[in-house]
Amino acid sequence: MRNAVIIPICTLLSLVGIFGLYLWQIGTGQKSLNHLPSTLINKPAPRFNLPPINRGGKGFSTKMLRGNVSLVNIWASWCIPCRVEHPYLMKLAQDGFSIYGINYKDDPKNANTFLKVLGNPYRAVGADHSGLTSIDWGVYGYPETFIVDSNGYIRYRHVGPLSETDLSNTIQPILKRLEN
Amino acid sequence: MQLTGKQQRLTIVLLGLILCSIATAMILAALKDSVVYFYSPTNLLEKQTIPERRVRVGGLVKKNEQIYTKTGVVNLFIVTDKKNDITVRFTGILPDLFREGQGVVAEGKIGPNGVFFADEVLAKHDENYMPPEVAETLRRSSKSKTGEPR
Amino acid sequence: MIAETGQFTLVLALIVAIVQGTLPLAGSVKNNIRLMALGSTSATSLFLCVLVSFGCLIQAFIVSDFSVFNVAQNSHTQKPLLYKISGVWGNHEGSMLLWVTILTLFGASVAAFGKNLPESLKARVLSIQGLISASFISFILFTSNPFLRLDPAPVEGQGLNPILQDPGLAFHPPFLYIGYVGFSIVFSFAVAALIEGRIDPAWARWVRPWTLAAWCSLTIGIALGSWWAYYELGWGGWWFWDPVENASLIPWLIGTALLHSAIVVEKRDALKSWTILLAILTFSMSLLGTFLVRSGILTSVHTFATDPERGVFILLLLILISGSALILYALRASLILPGGVFSPISREAALIFNNLLLTTGAAVVLLGTLYPLLLDALYGAKVSVGPPFYNATFLPIMAPVLVACVIGSMLRWKRADLAGVLGRLKVATLTALLVVLTIIWATGSGDVLVALALGVSAWIIIGTMVQVSERINLFKFPLSKSLSRARNLPRAFWGMVISHSALGILVIGITISSAWRVEFIKLMKAGDTVSAGGYTLTFAGTLPIVGPNYTGIQGQFRVERNGKEITVLLPEKRSYPAERNRTTEAGILSTISGDLYTVLGEMSENGEWSTRIYFNPMINWIWIGAILMAFGGLISLTDRRLHIRLLEKFSKEANGNAA
Repeated sequence: MRNAVIIPICTLLSLVGIFGLYLWQIGTGQKSLNHLPSTLINKPAPRFNLPPINRGGKGFSTKMLRGNVSLVNIWASWCIPCRVEHPYLMKLAQDGFSIYGINYKDDPKNANTFLKVLGNPYRAVGADHSGLTSIDWGVYGYPETFIVDSNGYIRYRHVGPLSETDLSNTIQPILKRLEN
Repeated sequence: MQLTGKQQRLTIVLLGLILCSIATAMILAALKDSVVYFYSPTNLLEKQTIPERRVRVGGLVKKNEQIYTKTGVVNLFIVTDKKNDITVRFTGILPDLFREGQGVVAEGKIGPNGVFFADEVLAKHDENYMPPEVAETLRRSSKSKTGEPR
Repeated sequence: MIAETGQFTLVLALIVAIVQGTLPLAGSVKNNIRLMALGSTSATSLFLCVLVSFGCLIQAFIVSDFSVFNVAQNSHTQKPLLYKISGVWGNHEGSMLLWVTILTLFGASVAAFGKNLPESLKARVLSIQGLISASFISFILFTSNPFLRLDPAPVEGQGLNPILQDPGLAFHPPFLYIGYVGFSIVFSFAVAALIEGRIDPAWARWVRPWTLAAWCSLTIGIALGSWWAYYELGWGGWWFWDPVENASLIPWLIGTALLHSAIVVEKRDALKSWTILLAILTFSMSLLGTFLVRSGILTSVHTFATDPERGVFILLLLILISGSALILYALRASLILPGGVFSPISREAALIFNNLLLTTGAAVVLLGTLYPLLLDALYGAKVSVGPPFYNATFLPIMAPVLVACVIGSMLRWKRADLAGVLGRLKVATLTALLVVLTIIWATGSGDVLVALALGVSAWIIIGTMVQVSERINLFKFPLSKSLSRARNLPRAFWGMVISHSALGILVIGITISSAWRVEFIKLMKAGDTVSAGGYTLTFAGTLPIVGPNYTGIQGQFRVERNGKEITVLLPEKRSYPAERNRTTEAGILSTISGDLYTVLGEMSENGEWSTRIYFNPMINWIWIGAILMAFGGLISLTDRRLHIRLLEKFSKEANGNAA
């Protein structure tokens, strides 16, 4: 009967084992809670034609993606992670990459203030008021960034805010590879 | 009869073991009958036999103006994992966040005509959240499409 | 500046917590009074540090300081003040800070109220409390810092999910956390007792008030949560066996067992080793619940953002805290000397029976909660475990608890006469049988289980009343004498009476509301009528509405009973532009005999509205039962016997002042 005292420890160990296994599977990417590669990869970008966010400005449409490698960033001024990744988009723009924005369900006034304060990395921004264009792109959360090649084919999808390491490890290498 | 300290412990452990075995038996029986499996539309189509028990099916609500009726009491909509579709029929009021292009999970039974009769529909709660089962399904179906191993 | 102050005091708190976790413990080993005395001082200062830090976060939310990342992500200038404040714990980082604030509050209260504790026990308890605080403060600082800055600050915040903007939910987490965290004190007492290798009735008397306080609070927290789910989620249900709900139910069940086994230690000096184990388990289950909710590995309607990294950290804390306590238990439990003896038919034995059933019940809920995770980890199969599982396992295990709780509390300590007790319960047994037969007859034999459940409820309530009337000799002496006896009965007895009867009320509410609920889903246009639960509802159309931070549509249902208009129910569909989110607000007419519950759906092309109408009979008895149960706990908490030393101290001080 003395040995009965180890029953609780064994129970705890098995519980911890299960949780550990599960967390490990998530950590190594075998199980995913929120990361999703796009089904649109290696497919042409969906067709759309979005109005500008400021009166008299340039809108954003599918045909603008032809001719050079570009990044398409889906963002909104209310989206806090978008704010976090913004400096990296600015950096990419300064390095000469062409970036386009799809402004998801946003107030044009807020969107313009956002760009005025934080800088505008976009060649053009389209206002997706209904959110339907974002659905066509298969967007689940905000922000998301796609890399489109010079023929207008989607080559890469990034979910969530971009970080320093994303830039140097994936985004820039892919952009450079596609440009050559 | 009085129980001493040692006998008390013995009683607790023995009674505990008996209770545990009864509970285990009940748990096993209940799990056999009442666990609800989750399938993607592709999994369901791949199945040769139509499952008679309740299942959950999850995916994205497909954009389709002809079939999609969000108004009224009977709703018909299409759930897709971007590879295969299934039509879901649901009587009741859809959740607030039920939208085209969003992840949903429907629970119910599949009918002989291939239509899924749902009695419960769960939608995701906010724009940054997706039921993990749905996320996983989409990830798998997109992987198998591009030829990667499952 | 606010955020920096908050951050600084939190770092300071970590240092204080480490001091509190080590020095008094070292003092108790070396028998150094000065080191041991450090425990109280540091516990109080730790609480003050964390309180200032928490206050800073609240202030940042109140003034909408969007340069703080957490505020920007979870608040909005147009939110009403109450929800700005409750938004502090409506997110992961803030709720962890609230958790730690309550944890240190409990430590400080041990320091303040534990003046009668032996110095070494107090030092040990406070040290263990300090170590737990240190682990959780470092968790906050390293993985979930609420004071991170955002530069440049946005003009407007992202807002709080509107379904969380609700008074019920504003108070649900604090109560729940007081419950979870309150059990940490009991845990610390148990570990301290293991270190000392001594446990006696005095120990149980010190532990019992903390257990009671934590248990009452947890009960209220769970009740508030289910009430919120009932009226806010618009499904008309009140308990979904959702992982997050289960995570609070498991510690509650084991805590209930602990509450009862501690009585045995206090009164009879028996079951000591088992009580220590329960004390460790209760807090471990609270930690496990925190892990399940915070790591987001189980999905549910309540889960916040998912982050495996945080999961790993909390898992490590779980191993560290529960693991070391259990190892200590395995090593030292044999030192605990066996106490009083008892026969298999006695109140002790009945309490063991109750304890084992409650623990088994908790184990079943735990297994049901973890089964999907287990299957996913091992085979990659996706399953969900829903109400049918729990109905088939948990309910049969709990049924004997209901029957036994009356008998057990009437058995005598040490050795009892079961037949005698059953004889004294004749009235209750007959009433219960009568209830069962009446219901079977009235419903045409269809609802045997419902009839049995109601019979058991009647048995609990009448049986408990029988106990009261025996104790006060009702009808045997003049009424005035009985009443004066009633006044002199210990508060703990009255607490038991209230809580046990409340259990009966709870079971009645659960049974009737789930068995005889009426539900309609109907397309309605203005002028259409529906009847449910003896009411006639007329749909009068819809109106646009504007709230402080939302706009929406309000449906109007005129409710009549016997041709007289009683009220107008106003279910709403709200849309929150800041959060880009929509909610459904049910229109509810709440009475003691049942709730009329209306939900407005969508408008169809031809102008009709889909509506959902429920009549939930006696559903309020569920929450009345739960609140009464907690109230019974509070009454026990005021029992003189638990506070005798405190009172002595006060009277001494009062005398001193008078002189």
